[in-house]
Amino acid sequence: MADILVVVEHHEGVFKKNTLSVVSAAKALAGLTGGEVDALVLGDGVGAVADVAAGTGVRKVLLGEGAAFSKYLAVTTAGAVAQVVKAKGYGAVFAPASTFGKDFMPRLSGLLDAPLASDIVGLEKAGEALRVKRPMYAGNAIGTVELAGSPLLFTVRQTAFDPAAMGGAKAPVEKVSVTAEAVGTAFVSRQETKSERPELTEARVIVSAGRGIKAQENFKLVEELSDQLNAAIGASRAAVDAGWAPNDWQVGQTGKIVAPELYIALGISGAIQHLAGMKDSKVIVAINKDEEAPIFQVADYGLVADLFKAVPEMIAELKKLKSA
Amino acid sequence: MKILVAIKPVPNPDEKVKVKGDGSGIVLDNIKMVVNPFCEIAVEEALRIREKLSGEVVVVTVGPKESEQQVRTALAMGADRAVLVEAGRDLDSLAVAKVLAKVVADEQAELVLMGKQSVDDDNNQVGQILAAVLGWPQATFASKIEFAADNKKANVTREVDGGLETIEVALPAVVTTDLRLNEPRYASLPGIMKAKKKELKVVPLASLGVDTAPRVKVLSYAAPKQRAGGGRVADVAELVSKLKNEAKVL
Ligand SMILES: Cc1cc2nc3c(=O)[nH]c(=O)nc-3n(C[C@@H](O)[C@H](O)[C@H](O)COP(=O)(O)OP(=O)(O)OC[C@H]3O[C@@H](n4cnc5c(N)ncnc54)[C@H](O)[C@@H]3O)c2cc1C
Ligand SMILES: Cc1cc2nc3c(=O)[nH]c(=O)nc-3n(C[C@H](O)[C@H](O)[C@H](O)COP(=O)(O)OP(=O)(O)OC[C@H]3O[C@@H](n4cnc5c(N)ncnc54)[C@H](O)[C@@H]3O)c2cc1C
Repeated sequence: MADILVVVEHHEGVFKKNTLSVVSAAKALAGLTGGEVDALVLGDGVGAVADVAAGTGVRKVLLGEGAAFSKYLAVTTAGAVAQVVKAKGYGAVFAPASTFGKDFMPRLSGLLDAPLASDIVGLEKAGEALRVKRPMYAGNAIGTVELAGSPLLFTVRQTAFDPAAMGGAKAPVEKVSVTAEAVGTAFVSRQETKSERPELTEARVIVSAGRGIKAQENFKLVEELSDQLNAAIGASRAAVDAGWAPNDWQVGQTGKIVAPELYIALGISGAIQHLAGMKDSKVIVAINKDEEAPIFQVADYGLVADLFKAVPEMIAELKKLKSA
Repeated sequence: MKILVAIKPVPNPDEKVKVKGDGSGIVLDNIKMVVNPFCEIAVEEALRIREKLSGEVVVVTVGPKESEQQVRTALAMGADRAVLVEAGRDLDSLAVAKVLAKVVADEQAELVLMGKQSVDDDNNQVGQILAAVLGWPQATFASKIEFAADNKKANVTREVDGGLETIEVALPAVVTTDLRLNEPRYASLPGIMKAKKKELKVVPLASLGVDTAPRVKVLSYAAPKQRAGGGRVADVAELVSKLKNEAKVL
C-alpha cells in the first residue's frame, strides 16, 4: 500500500513524546497494509525536532520550514500537510489526539475530502477493509469503524499505543518546500501554564483534585503530596471551572486522557466525564469522604476519609518510607 | 451580525449509556435527548453577541424530524429562527459539514458557532471540516471571543495543551466552544411559549444536492473492559503499605 505520514507534534522546537505513540500506531497500520512510515516536521528552525524524530524508527523525516510556520496555526499546518500528502501520494496520515491533532486534522480532512477517525485505540484488517476502534459516549462504548477512500486520516489516543523507542539509528532528513496559507488567521499570544512537574500525559503518577479541595490555596496540599511522588497534578472540571486550577489540568472526556501507573483522586466524585479520562490508569486510589461516591467503583484502593486529614498523613507516611 | 449556530441532540450526558447486547447500537430507551452541552454554550455565546451587536441568531441541525425538540430548546433560549435539514442520524462528519456549508452559504452567515465536540460520538471534527470546506478561518476550543472595533475580526482565546492561546481570525469564521466560554442560560417559561411560534424551516436533505455517501461507517459497538474496582482500605497506613507492597507503585 501507499506510504504513511506521521505529523510530529512539537512545542516551540521541543519534540513532544506523544508522537512516539503515533509512530507506533502508524507502524501497526504499516504491518497490516504494507507501506513505509515517514515523519513530517513543520516549523521554523526546528532541525532539532527533526533530529529526534529521525531516531524513532521512521524511514525518513520530511522537514518543512519557514518563518510563517514559527507559530503553530491550524490553517497553515493543515494546508502544508495537504501539500505534502498530494505531492508524495501518502495513503494515510497520523497525528496525536492532542489539542494539536484535534485542531488541524479535521481541517485536513475537509481540505482533502478524506475521512478521519478520531482518537483511535486500535487497528485491524477485515479482508481488504481497514477497521479501527475508537471510544465513544465518554468511553462507555468502543466503536468499530470502517473507513473508505484514500488518504485515510487518524488521530491517535496516546495511552492506547506503547511509545516507539527513541534514539535509534538516524533516518535521513529531507527538506520539503511548503507554502503557508494563513487564511485570515494570525497568532496573537500564548499564556503558558508554568510547571516544573512532569507533563500530565507523560507522568508515571498523577495526583488530581476536585471540588472537595474547596479552595485554590488548598492545592498546596496537592503539591506537597505530588512532590513526594514526583507526580503531575490534574483536576476535575469542577476545580478548573472554579478557577483553582488551569484549564490544561482538566482530566476527562473533554480534557486530557491519561493512564499513569498510579492515579490518586482527591475529593473527586467520579462523574462519567471524569472517569472517561482516567479509568485506564493502572492503579487508582480515591480519597473521598462520601462512601457512596462513584469514584470508588473504579478505585483499587478507596479510602473513605476527609482529605484534609488523610493527605497530610499520607505525606508523612511517604516521608517515613523515604527515610527508612 | 448574522450568526449561525449548529446544534446536535445527544443523550443526556449525566446518564451512563449501555451498548446493546448484539452490539448494533446504544440502548437509548428512557434516556432523554438534550442539546449537546457544547452546542448550548455556542447558542449562549451567539445570544450574548446579538445582545451587544444586534443581528440574528439562526440555529441549524442536520438529523431526523425528532430533533425539532432540541431545536425548540435553542429557540426558547432566545435564538430567532431555525433550519432543520431532515436526514438520517448516520451521516458522517464530512457529510454533516458539507450539508452545513450549504446552509451557511444560503444564510450568508458572518459567524458560525458550534460545539467543539458532541458528547456522544466524541469526534471533535465537524467545525474544523466545515471551516476547510468554506475556506474560512477556524478557532477551536474557544474560552473567550472578542471582536475588533469594526467587527471584521475577532480575537479568540483557545484552551490548548500547555495553557491558553489567542489567535486573530478574520470574519467570516468558524468558532468552536469549550467549557469555560460561558454558562448557558435556562430557557424561561415565556421563552418556551415564544419558541413554539418561531420559524422552523424543514429542508429535505435531497434538495441540497450534497454528496453524503458515507466514508466513515460505525459497524458495531462493544462495551469497554470493566475495571474490578471497589477495593477499600481502612486508613492511610494501610493505603501506603498496599501501594508499596501489593501494587508496587511506590
Ligand atoms: C444510529 C447512529 C448511527 C451512526 N452511524 C454513523 C456512521 O456510520 N458513521 C459516522 O461517521 N457516524 C455515525 N453516527 C454519528 C454521526 O451521525 C455523527 O454525529 C457525525 O459523524 C458527526 O460527529 P459528531 O457528532 O461526533 O460531531 P463533532 O465533530 O464531535 O461535533 C462538533 C459540533 O459539530 C456540530 N454538529 C455535529 N453534528 C451535527 C449535526 N448533525 N447537525 C448540526 N450540527 C452538528 C455541533 O455544533 C457539534 O457540537 C451515527 C450516529 C447514530 C445515532
Ligand atoms: C459537556 C461536559 C463535559 C465535561 N467534561 C469533564 C471533564 O473532561 N472532566 C471532568 O472532570 N468533568 C467533566 N465534566 C463535569 C462532570 O460532569 C462533573 O461535574 C465533575 O467531574 C465533578 O467534579 P468533582 O468530582 O470535582 O466535583 P463533585 O462532583 O462536586 O464532587 C466533589 C467530591 O468531593 C468530595 N469531598 C468534599 N469534601 C471532601 C473532603 N473534605 N474530603 C474528601 N472528599 C471530599 C465529595 O464527597 C464529592 O464526592 C463535564 C460535564 C459536561 C456536561
